[in-house]
Amino acid sequence: MNNLLIVGQYVPTNSIVHRMDPRVKMLIIFFYVIFIFFANNVISYGLFTLFALGSTILTKVPRRFIAKGLTPVWFLIVFTFILHLFVTREGFVLFHVFGLPIYSGALEQGAVISLRFFLLILLTSLLTLTTTPIEITDAVESLLGPLRRFKFPVHELALMMSISLRFIPTLLQETEKISNAQASRGVDFRTGPFRERVRAVIPLLVPLFVSAFKRAEELAMAMEARGYRGGEGRTKLRELRVVKRDVAALVCFIVITAAALITRDYS
Amino acid sequence: MDITFEKVDYTYQANSPFEHKALDSMSFHLPSGSFTAIVGHTGSGKSTLIQHLNGLIRPTNGKVRIGDYVLEPKKKPKHAKALREKVGIVFQYPEHQLFEETVEKDIAFGPRNFGVPEQEIQKRVAESARAVGLGEDLLKRSPFELSGGQMRRVAIAGILAVRPRVLVLDEPTAGLDPRGQKEIMDMFYRIHKEQQLTTLLVTHSMEDALAYADHVLVLDKGKKYMEGTPVEVFSQREALQQVQLDVPEMFQFLLKASDQFGKPLAYQGQDVERLAEQLAALAGDRDE
Ligand SMILES: Nc1ncnc2c1ncn2[C@@H]1O[C@H](COP(=O)(O)OP(=O)(O)OP(=O)(O)O)[C@@H](O)[C@H]1O
Ligand SMILES: [Mg+2]
Repeated sequence: MNNLLIVGQYVPTNSIVHRMDPRVKMLIIFFYVIFIFFANNVISYGLFTLFALGSTILTKVPRRFIAKGLTPVWFLIVFTFILHLFVTREGFVLFHVFGLPIYSGALEQGAVISLRFFLLILLTSLLTLTTTPIEITDAVESLLGPLRRFKFPVHELALMMSISLRFIPTLLQETEKISNAQASRGVDFRTGPFRERVRAVIPLLVPLFVSAFKRAEELAMAMEARGYRGGEGRTKLRELRVVKRDVAALVCFIVITAAALITRDYS
Repeated sequence: MDITFEKVDYTYQANSPFEHKALDSMSFHLPSGSFTAIVGHTGSGKSTLIQHLNGLIRPTNGKVRIGDYVLEPKKKPKHAKALREKVGIVFQYPEHQLFEETVEKDIAFGPRNFGVPEQEIQKRVAESARAVGLGEDLLKRSPFELSGGQMRRVAIAGILAVRPRVLVLDEPTAGLDPRGQKEIMDMFYRIHKEQQLTTLLVTHSMEDALAYADHVLVLDKGKKYMEGTPVEVFSQREALQQVQLDVPEMFQFLLKASDQFGKPLAYQGQDVERLAEQLAALAGDRDE
């Protein structure tokens, strides 16, 4: 259970990436995800790889830890590569594996798509590694701000998001506590026939729901007691502000993207 | 059943930036039939320690022995369920584990899981409900309609009904009214004596440790800081203050009184009345 928690978890190292404006980080990732699909030769891919690896180093998050966070996707990346090897039939035949021809185009495409996949996952995982959930919701609220004009409940959405994010660890902790308590009363969650194991979930779920509802009620009460009246006219404790390092990051990203767009093949 | 820890380490989330060593080279031996109080500042590793006792977690290094059962790193215990039947744990806020439709069914849940025959279960439910002071009229009610104190009693009855040989209590009286606290602690003590259990009590109340335990284990930052009889441990006021712990009020009072009268006044298990007599005698001496 503890190991599962690590995927996508915030790692405080207070690096320059951590201190960036979360909106800028999200915008950069958003456009990176779009523009990487324009890369089509060694130089343009090299530039995007450079950007992703450079950002990773700047976060100061231990490499071992990033690799661990990526474990579940390694499989997919390798699988994509192998699939391409056998399915794509472009270029010339390089050699045979188990009697199946491997084409040069297949090798190339497999490598390219796996690389792209890897870069996308790497850069997006940097967001959750370096940005607290609170910052992410603040950024979402700010970026979606213009939609308010169309009566879209931006503030409520952001509030829902931050409450859910806030309570995920609490619920996980609660789950662990209750499952410990029931295991001590002889419930076996891990072995036994499937039907038994499904039944074992009831003593876990009922207390979990009871406590979640209780928590929701308490939270609502506490918010009301402190005069919460929705987003209208509400000011913020943490103002998001774009400063020099954000501008520098943006410029860096734009230069690299522009260079990649210029150097890509147009034919 | 006696309990032995041999150089036990426990690390949460090993090999990650969140790595945290919650137990550090912990060794001690608790004889069968003893009543041990485990005290320590918050976060000192008390709850982590007791989770070893029925194999919920295994030591990262070292060895834990409970009777004939042995817990070692990397080796899955063979008789985990049998061990859990022998070691009953009352967790912090045990009422959070209630889930059945009726109080009766919830108390029967543990014994049923351990394969106790149906007739025997009925007997045990009635018996443990009586032991914790739950009226018969409550047995058919839903546990969620009860008061907090009653829910706590139901949860405790559910653990007693398994008839463990080792009883582990993690702050069993937290959040109860003073009267209820005393009732429940007296009840545990009675059962401890009657059934000759080995009992471990995690507590923040030095008064409880003094009143019920025959052995005190003081933890600090995952290490064993001190160990001994309550009198031995609580006589070391300064050492305890170092780890943010107080001594029981009785000890504080005796220290102050010794100062005042310029004569040593030791704790010898005296109750309030005996203490009053001692003080009267001292005051008489001074006036002469
Ligand atoms: N699931 C977990 N993952 C990571 N660290 C944990 C976990 N559970 C406990 N810890 C850490 O281990 C240390 C010991 O925790 P433990 O719960 O054993 O303390 P405790 O003595 O029972 O405290 P309290 O008196 O507050 O109940 C704490 O520093 C805590 O932060
Ligand atoms: Mg605890």
